[in-house]
Amino acid sequence: MRSAHHLPLAGGRRRSPLARPASFRVTRLIVLGALSIFAVLPVYVMVSSSLKPLQDVSGSFQWVPSVVTIRPYIDIWHTVPLARYFVNSLIVSSASAGLSLAIALFAAYAVSRYRFRGRRVFTIAVLSTQMFPGILFLLPLFLIFVSIGNATGIPLFGSRGGLIITYLTFSLPFSIWMLAGYFESVPRGLDEAALVDGCGPVRALLRVVIPASLPGIVAVGVYAFMTAWSEVLFASVMTNDNTRTLAVGLADYSTQTNVYWNQIMAASLVVSVPVVAGFLFLQRYLVTGLTAGAVR
Amino acid sequence: MATSVRRRVRAAGDQPGPGRAPRSSPRIPARARRVLAWAGRGGLPYLFLLPALLFELLIHFVPMLLGIVISFKDLTLFFIRNWLHAPWTGLGNYHIVTEFSAPVGQALVHSFLVTCAFTVLAVGLSWLLGSAAAILAHDPFRGRGLLRALFLTPYALPVYASVITWAFMFQYNNGAVNYILHNELGILARPAFWLIGNNSFIVLVVVSVWRNWPFAFLCIMAGLQGIPQELYEASAIDGAGIWRQIRLITMPSLRSINQVVVLVLFLWTFNDFSTPFVLFGTTAPPAADVISIHIYDSSFITWNFGEGSAMSVLLLCFLLLVTAGYMWFTSRGRRADA
Repeated sequence: MRSAHHLPLAGGRRRSPLARPASFRVTRLIVLGALSIFAVLPVYVMVSSSLKPLQDVSGSFQWVPSVVTIRPYIDIWHTVPLARYFVNSLIVSSASAGLSLAIALFAAYAVSRYRFRGRRVFTIAVLSTQMFPGILFLLPLFLIFVSIGNATGIPLFGSRGGLIITYLTFSLPFSIWMLAGYFESVPRGLDEAALVDGCGPVRALLRVVIPASLPGIVAVGVYAFMTAWSEVLFASVMTNDNTRTLAVGLADYSTQTNVYWNQIMAASLVVSVPVVAGFLFLQRYLVTGLTAGAVR
Repeated sequence: MATSVRRRVRAAGDQPGPGRAPRSSPRIPARARRVLAWAGRGGLPYLFLLPALLFELLIHFVPMLLGIVISFKDLTLFFIRNWLHAPWTGLGNYHIVTEFSAPVGQALVHSFLVTCAFTVLAVGLSWLLGSAAAILAHDPFRGRGLLRALFLTPYALPVYASVITWAFMFQYNNGAVNYILHNELGILARPAFWLIGNNSFIVLVVVSVWRNWPFAFLCIMAGLQGIPQELYEASAIDGAGIWRQIRLITMPSLRSINQVVVLVLFLWTFNDFSTPFVLFGTTAPPAADVISIHIYDSSFITWNFGEGSAMSVLLLCFLLLVTAGYMWFTSRGRRADA
């Protein structure tokens, strides 16, 4: 609670009305402590195992590496073509995030600034795609992509392009929803003034509305990137040896006769760093985005 | 023709209003000008929505309709090259997958029940942990920012990286879980096999909760910020303690956000493919054979697209029914409140 900040907390006999009783503080300590352990345990295992020699991860588990080595971080690039998977993931995720953002900006502008027939239907239809099980349209999409490839020669199945347009639709609904929320918080007078000054609606969007909601837009971009970076189901069907992304490629370490757990952990850490850094940096924008969307 | 179009563009351009068409210049071709004129007459928002709509149609709606069509066809590997000409079977696929005394139907029912049990447990626990953490961590205290970042890490990690770590931890010989529960705490009399047999269900629930509770935490944290501080201050003056405040102010205020969180978690968990796929591969043990993996196997391992689609359509119907029922139920509750 914000105002509790300024009050003396449980200071002897002069207890303020907002001071917390001991039962609350003990519960808080236990619950938050247990949850911290639960949340962090796998991360600790990931980090510590990635610094262990192979015999440490093959035998019984141990908390601390017998020798700290960075060898796994060097070996991961040779055991499987991790660099190629990494580049594929990077291309697919950035392209789909960029396209999704560009498309969502215009759609969100229309939803937040215009009252037109079908506005509600559009919002509900787009959001409802989020509830479809991916497996439902995976099979038909697979057939459509193969057929388009056979008919026109555009290789969508197995290509990065096919994956890019698939992923962009995954992040689109939520991006539109959040962006419309951010745009609502930009005073309408700003872009109306631009329109009166003779700007077209597109210029009003580009010059006034977008700069005013830039942090939110960056957050949505990060969300779209993470969505693509983490997708497994479509990646497992729609890629081949050349276009395989990290989501599928990481499993390659365990199909070898010897399972290099230390390398798997090192690779997992390497592929996590970009998204975790982006997420933690932008989490507060995500929270405001959620509330902005929920208020409407 | 061209002059009439030009006249119409001018007429549209003269109309006042925010969506005015740009000044017509002689270099714009007639068709583009017609589009601009239409845009000026109120078509502009539709133009802005068009790309989003096109992609959603191509990737979601058209394949979904096609999936429904395929579910009435006998599409097996034999017809895969020429899938448009696969023979119709009417309700044949539906008969096969709902023949509950035959192996295919039995397996589907089993998988459905496993998924339901898994979803109820995982969503309930995720919500419980998320709201407990959000409410308890609402007061400012030292290290609160760090704790929040810590709690959100599972949600931020790519699913294949974190779930593969759990798979490592649940290994029989060299896993951390057996080591902690057997060697250190002595809770287990002997090390357990986690990734095969009935224990795989527990593993699935634990990993799913670990991944999803931060989402509940994030949303409920945002919801708490919307509760007016005055409510707490007034009740504190009236002598209400913190536990009473949580019960009488916090929980009722969070009702609408809870409804959304539970629905979203339900849909995610029920449709979750990544977690079981990374943990068990395509051949999940029976105790963890959730519906998404089951349909994936039926379609891409045995290449029986017709039956796979029939199962998908049934799944969609179920999800639509549950969602509609849930929304009807919760909105009725809200109206009764008002």
